[in-house]
Amino acid sequence: MSETRDLAYFRLKEDVEELLYAEADLLDQRRFSEWLDLLADDLHYFMPMRRNVAFGTHAERENTRAGRDISWFDEDRWTLSKRVDQIMTGIHWAEEPLSRLCHIVTNIRLLAARPSPAAASAIEVGSRFLVYQNRVETETAIFVGRRSDLWRRPAPADRAGWRLARREILLEQNVLLAKNLTTFF
Amino acid sequence: MSASDRMVDTERGVVSREIFVNDGIFADELEKLFARAWLFVGHESQVANPGDFLASRMGGESVILCRDKQRQIHVLLNTCRHRGMKVCRYDEGNTPLFSCPYHNWSYATDGRLVGVPQHRELYPDLDRSQWSLIEVPHMVNYKGTIWASWDKDAPEFKDHLDQVLDCRDGREGGSEVFGGIHKWIIPANWKFAAENFCGDTYHNPSHRSVDLIGIGPSARSGDSGRRDNEYRGGQHVWVSHAAGHGTHSVWMPPDQGYVESFRENKVVEEYFRHCFYERQRRLGDKARLLPLTGTIFPNTSYHGRQPRNLCVWHPVSATETEIWRFFLVDADAPGEVKDLLRHYYMRYSGPAGMTEQDDMENWNYATAASRGTIARRYPYNYQQSLGRVQRDAPVPGTVSLQVTEESARGFYASWQRFLDGAPWDALIGRPPARRGAGDAAREAAD
Repeated sequence: MSETRDLAYFRLKEDVEELLYAEADLLDQRRFSEWLDLLADDLHYFMPMRRNVAFGTHAERENTRAGRDISWFDEDRWTLSKRVDQIMTGIHWAEEPLSRLCHIVTNIRLLAARPSPAAASAIEVGSRFLVYQNRVETETAIFVGRRSDLWRRPAPADRAGWRLARREILLEQNVLLAKNLTTFF
Repeated sequence: MSASDRMVDTERGVVSREIFVNDGIFADELEKLFARAWLFVGHESQVANPGDFLASRMGGESVILCRDKQRQIHVLLNTCRHRGMKVCRYDEGNTPLFSCPYHNWSYATDGRLVGVPQHRELYPDLDRSQWSLIEVPHMVNYKGTIWASWDKDAPEFKDHLDQVLDCRDGREGGSEVFGGIHKWIIPANWKFAAENFCGDTYHNPSHRSVDLIGIGPSARSGDSGRRDNEYRGGQHVWVSHAAGHGTHSVWMPPDQGYVESFRENKVVEEYFRHCFYERQRRLGDKARLLPLTGTIFPNTSYHGRQPRNLCVWHPVSATETEIWRFFLVDADAPGEVKDLLRHYYMRYSGPAGMTEQDDMENWNYATAASRGTIARRYPYNYQQSLGRVQRDAPVPGTVSLQVTEESARGFYASWQRFLDGAPWDALIGRPPARRGAGDAAREAAD
């Protein structure tokens, strides 16, 4: 972020870190409907597939494209709410019994604050994740990657008002090494 | 005697658990089945221009699907003839040459060896024409889909994909594949998945969660279920084909009108309404058959309409399968149609698909449970609707009109014939050619 790193910047960054940690708690504690409450109605939630491509063609070919190609996820809040509904049926066998999950969120960076850190109503946030999934007896999957988020709130004074409006998730895998993607990132 | 002897008894309707976990049988499958059968490689739309390539797989091996400078499509084994290194290490792209990273032998996009460093001094007598990349002896472009076989004696490719690959309005061909192939690995034997798509309609209870919440093309309008019920009023038909394919379709009443579907978007709804009547006009009585699912023996399956895709179950080991799914759409469909279908496909299929996640759970744990020393002594039951079949009505093949495992029995009967090394006539259900006097004379001379 090009702005001066003043007190307002550090206070906002502290708030952002708390926000992402609290979000991770909601997911790991299986408080899925509360997690849905954090999502803006116009959320775009996107996880492309990653291809092996020749040097110099990465910008053009490495990732599947939002809005055009098949990706792992390229969806909205409605679809995510369906995923939660399915888990809550208690007979979604890929998540029944429920997985044990641990979202480790790190490398949190405040990349932009609009209009300013002191009066931010929209922020761009970068982070890394390591999601550990363990289920049934010995099944384990580890997902590692990067996230780019856009969070918005109705008013700068509303410290609890942040809603996720865009999330791009770059999973660092080509062939998916997990048997499925029943978790949220 | 091979390890697979007496593993399959389709008359009694029993199949040994051994064939889902035994390493020796898996090695036999690679040798006797995957090295002979027609396998799906990719779609021509994925290599549209000269120099375009796509890394694909046949059986356990990497192959390159590419289009040469003369626009001809080739399927080449992805291994250098000198010391074996992969000559193509990218998933896709465009290139004039495949150059081996090891010693830099280089091959043109038609597979010809065109570059050997220091060949004058080191290989003065090398006949380069003998050292091209290994090319499949048989390849066919069937309505845009590319299939290949490693057996030079393989008979002509025939399939049951017309209704899947043709445009929704009944025009022949005209489909393309969306960018992005789902690729993932599951701890399951490949046959569980292939068998499931043959027409296992009995497994609907697995999908109760997704049916309850509703994820179909009209789900936003409040509909439950995982697809719109355009099959309402039809007679389900399960067909076991002589070559081991199994298809599940619905034979609609002759006077059936359009069942409203894709209701959440006007443009999309109108497109499918138009396609329905246009298809009836073009195909007449044949339009009554609507495809649901099927498996083209051995390891390519499809969803025919909702969703619409081809899926390949690549064998990795007896207990691991790498799945590749290609999603199909009419190439000239309006943008709104492509967009709605793409979203529907992603929420239905693949590792993030709300329907398929529950399928995989079954295949994975069925594989694990097939391993037990005691469990392996007990075969699986394939007796559902045993003997309840009719011939060639209302469509060609061995037809069942009630939920059945007939297609699974047919699949495993074919599987056994391949592992027994049967001749092609037996493999495709063709009567043996009449032997002339010359055949006996030639055999006597051998």
